[in-house]
Amino acid sequence: SKTRKGITEKVDVILKSYKKIDEELFEELEEVLITADVGVNTTMRIIEDVKDKVKERKITEVEEIRELLKEELKEILTEVDENISLNIEPSPAIVLVVGVNGVGKTTTIGKLAYRLKNEGKKVLIAAGDTFRAAAIEQLTEWSNRAGVDIIAHQEGADPAAVIYDGIQAAKARKSDVLICDTAGRLHNKKNLMNELNKIFRIVEREYPEATKEVLLVVDATTGQNAVLQAKTFKEACDISGIVLTKLDGTAKGGVVLAVQSELKVPVKLVGVGEKIYDLQDFDPDNFVEAIFSE
Amino acid sequence: MIFESLAEKLQKSLNKLKGKGKLSEKDVKQVMREVKLALLEADVNFKVVKKFVNSVKERAVGHEVMESLTPGQQVIKIVNDELTKLMGEEQKKIEFAPQPPTIIMMCGLQGAGKTTTSGKLGILLKKKGKSPLLVACDIYRPAAIKQLEVVGEKADIPVFSMGDKQNPVNIAKASIEHAKKNGYDVVILDTAGRLHIDEELMDELENIKSEVNPKEILLVVDAMTGQDAVTVAESFNDKLGIDGVVLTKLDGDARGGAALSIRAVTDKPIKFVGMGEKLDQLEPFYPDRMASRILGMGDVLTLIEKA
Ligand SMILES: Nc1nc2c(ncn2[C@@H]2O[C@H](COP(=O)(O)OP(=O)(O)OP(=O)(O)O)[C@@H](O)[C@H]2O)c(=O)[nH]1
Ligand SMILES: Nc1nc2c(ncn2[C@@H]2O[C@H](COP(=O)(O)OP(=O)(O)OP(=O)(O)O)[C@@H](O)[C@H]2O)c(=O)[nH]1
Ligand SMILES: [Mg+2]
Ligand SMILES: [Mg+2]
Repeated sequence: SKTRKGITEKVDVILKSYKKIDEELFEELEEVLITADVGVNTTMRIIEDVKDKVKERKITEVEEIRELLKEELKEILTEVDENISLNIEPSPAIVLVVGVNGVGKTTTIGKLAYRLKNEGKKVLIAAGDTFRAAAIEQLTEWSNRAGVDIIAHQEGADPAAVIYDGIQAAKARKSDVLICDTAGRLHNKKNLMNELNKIFRIVEREYPEATKEVLLVVDATTGQNAVLQAKTFKEACDISGIVLTKLDGTAKGGVVLAVQSELKVPVKLVGVGEKIYDLQDFDPDNFVEAIFSE
Repeated sequence: MIFESLAEKLQKSLNKLKGKGKLSEKDVKQVMREVKLALLEADVNFKVVKKFVNSVKERAVGHEVMESLTPGQQVIKIVNDELTKLMGEEQKKIEFAPQPPTIIMMCGLQGAGKTTTSGKLGILLKKKGKSPLLVACDIYRPAAIKQLEVVGEKADIPVFSMGDKQNPVNIAKASIEHAKKNGYDVVILDTAGRLHIDEELMDELENIKSEVNPKEILLVVDAMTGQDAVTVAESFNDKLGIDGVVLTKLDGDARGGAALSIRAVTDKPIKFVGMGEKLDQLEPFYPDRMASRILGMGDVLTLIEKA
């Protein structure tokens, strides 16, 4: 039922309409990046780099710009040299899932639990969002779908206490991975970010032996605000990876290029729908192709 | 912040010349470059920015410079005035049906804030002496019905639901009957989040619309939305003919360029803004405040006011 618009490649169309490499051509390429939410600063940086390479390599063919541009984007995405797979080995591991409101944290946890369970891991999830209406019921439904256990308190309970209990339960049950949900919070809310930091410190203190992954969930439709989100969440809980959700829409999610180039936190997973299997590993090649397509 | 402040940059580059005479093309061009970047950083859609900047340029050249202002400040004042005008000059309210119940349908992308806003709107209308009913038309999202029930309980507003086995079109129809019978004069339909390219689910909204004929179809949009806001708003508007927009999560620090983009492509008013997760945090929309926020330049305006 979902249809993506034509496969015509925007960049190809642009390139075909130019006979030589000039300023105007670069302006059009800039436009492609800006409309993908890459942001002004990062776009300028990318275009400057491409221009430099054109000079260095004495490139004159318009056609070659395409590869240069791709190369540049991929460079940014893979700049962070650590591998972009989830940091959950060796067991036990804990995955803390954080982000602003409504981006897809709880859904991603359902999908991830399902995936890890299918890989043969023993998974436990903790309902650390005690604030949002029916957040606990929502996560409980996902735990049922994924067929994994859940640790939950009442609505209004202290989220740090839930995470504490989750850790104790994970130890007692010898879980391989504990995945913790947290309430959505806007990064400019000091008290809520402090609360998150408290949760993070409990994890460090109570589960030092665990492999840690802190995932920031970013909605692909988000514009430049995602850079500020990543920055502030990094300070509060040292995010180690990004999950880019809702890539099944028409938004390109280009802001992760800005996030990567400024903060060096790698994208690890992408959400491509609301079903339990709609979670994929991040693939820089696919991502870059999609930025260039109509 | 990546984008420190348009105000600062402008102060630096344009404070030199004191006003008098008319704005030259050069004055305008310099400032508009900064304005263009500011709007893009604020996530205003690229095409909208281009159009806006060109039309303001035309209007500004030759404009008298006020005694008290520098040419730079004068251009900014024009930009701000035009932006405010574009955003809709007055506040737009909810329209009520001549024959109750007034039906309000909430729609939008996943996670935009529809369910929360439904509760908030209910509270607002109750304060106006209305008797609202919340209707659970989201049969897809896990615990969506439960969420609306909790919201209803907190807001002290009844919730109509038929579980998740009924078709949302039927639920909507039945809720109107229920409202008529029980004297509710406003019905707020909370629909499931959906992508604008999901034909099946977009058809569902169209079917609800044709069955119950809502007085208000409100598109709920996250203020953090980037360049894609125009595509989304255009699709919902083309399919349903929306009556207004609610911009949520404005309590964050996003500049909210989506507001301008949506306004420019649909010409529909922004009626409310969401200012928090709590149910009393819904406010009317002020075009002038939004204009300064998007420009990221509260200070220049104060400066202009003081001048
Ligand atoms: N199309 C699409 N929808 C998604 C995706 N991931 C999540 N969603 C939807 O986005 C909405 C919000 O998802 P949640 O998982 O509740 O988001 P959250 O971050 O936990 O929200 P809060 O806890 O309220 O902050 C739901 O309607 C999900 O079904 C995705 O990859 N694609
Ligand atoms: N900070 C803030 N959060 C908000 C606002 N409006 C909604 N939210 C939060 O955004 C998240 C999503 O809100 P919902 O009302 O569930 O959104 P929805 O559009 O109904 O989501 P789906 O039904 O999954 O499509 C929740 O965490 C809400 O608390 C707002 O104005 N400010
Ligand atoms: Mg959640
Ligand atoms: Mg909802």
